[in-house]
Amino acid sequence: MTEWFAMVMGAGLFVLMIPIIYRIFKGPTGFDRILGVNVIGTKTAVLLVIIGTLYGRVEMFVDFALTYSLLNFVAAIVVSRYLNRTISLKEMEAREKAKGGAKA
Amino acid sequence: MTDHSMICLLAAAVENGEVGFLPLKIIGFASGVVGLIFFLGTAVGMVRFPDFYTRMHAAGKGDTLSTMLMLGGFGLVTMEDFSVGSWLLLIKILAVILFIYLTTPTSSHALMRAAFEDDEMPMTEDDLKKSKRKGKRKK
Amino acid sequence: MYPIIIFLLLMLNWVILSGKFDAFHLGLGVISCLVVTWISQDLLYHDRRKGIGERLREAGAFIQYLPWITWEVVKANLHVFKLAMTKQGQEEMSPRVVTFETYLKTDFAKFVLANSITLTPGTITMLIRGDVFHIHTMSQFLEDDLLTGAIERKVAEVFEPEVLSKK
Repeated sequence: MTEWFAMVMGAGLFVLMIPIIYRIFKGPTGFDRILGVNVIGTKTAVLLVIIGTLYGRVEMFVDFALTYSLLNFVAAIVVSRYLNRTISLKEMEAREKAKGGAKA
Repeated sequence: MTDHSMICLLAAAVENGEVGFLPLKIIGFASGVVGLIFFLGTAVGMVRFPDFYTRMHAAGKGDTLSTMLMLGGFGLVTMEDFSVGSWLLLIKILAVILFIYLTTPTSSHALMRAAFEDDEMPMTEDDLKKSKRKGKRKK
Repeated sequence: MYPIIIFLLLMLNWVILSGKFDAFHLGLGVISCLVVTWISQDLLYHDRRKGIGERLREAGAFIQYLPWITWEVVKANLHVFKLAMTKQGQEEMSPRVVTFETYLKTDFAKFVLANSITLTPGTITMLIRGDVFHIHTMSQFLEDDLLTGAIERKVAEVFEPEVLSKK
């Protein structure tokens, strides 16, 4: 029963990942792509627990899931730091002031 | 499959000794299915929403709750007995859930901030109406 | 006082992750937790003037805060589900950016407030600049809920009750 449930859940997760893969493939900006990768990474942590249930070794696979979600988080932060143009907040405020001045 | 036949199947499994503790299993199965439904909402939202920021709404929220529900469901399903090992497993899964609960909003905020600093402007209501009109013209 | 709390937290973490209770593994845990506490204990808990009772009250209030935020997450997901799946939801979508200023002072309270805003229905924190929050919202009626400051009051009740009593 548990195995049956795990298989159905895994298949459902896999099917629902397809729209997100479409978004990664199509995404107009780089941020859309990394967002899709982030969502799929979180779901992979769940898939690892499901695989663990199927093999009957959940206590091992939970550690993998924890590590995977940690790496996923770090990857999202690093890529978001890499993709922006790293302007400082001061520079941004100066830019906004310039914009406001142009309007006035 | 209706709920009734589902429960009958479960009861049969209990008699054969395949399932350890029934109520926990039912709660686990239900929360897993609910998590899958919320993930469906996230996936459809990721495809249908018009710009990056609105897609972020779908991803940041749906991801948190659906992952929590599915992991929690599996944590309950795998509780075969109440020994120290299985309690430890449940606590470990709860730790993963807590970690995801803290990190998913943070990473979505980081992406949002990066996109905003990258001069990608969020869509306003007027833009949305314009894009809808364009879509209608194309049809 | 604070090093002991940090050591206990790290030890709890070790026991959960290792899952073995014999003397060898516990000894390893004690040694490594001592080393980590010795090297980097000043990274956690910036404000060391607060007493232990105050910290315990904060932890208790935070645990009471969790069910409320979980219920908010459920509502947020129902909202996203409605927007994504139904045609009426697509009609009522109106994205915009809202700015507001918070009265919370500490960084951790701001972090919790930003995450709570992200998890409540229809809003995401986009940028924090000092005290000013820039928030991306999706629907008109949810924005009103945000600007009355219900979330902020909840977070202030947990972390900074003295600010609330002044108001």
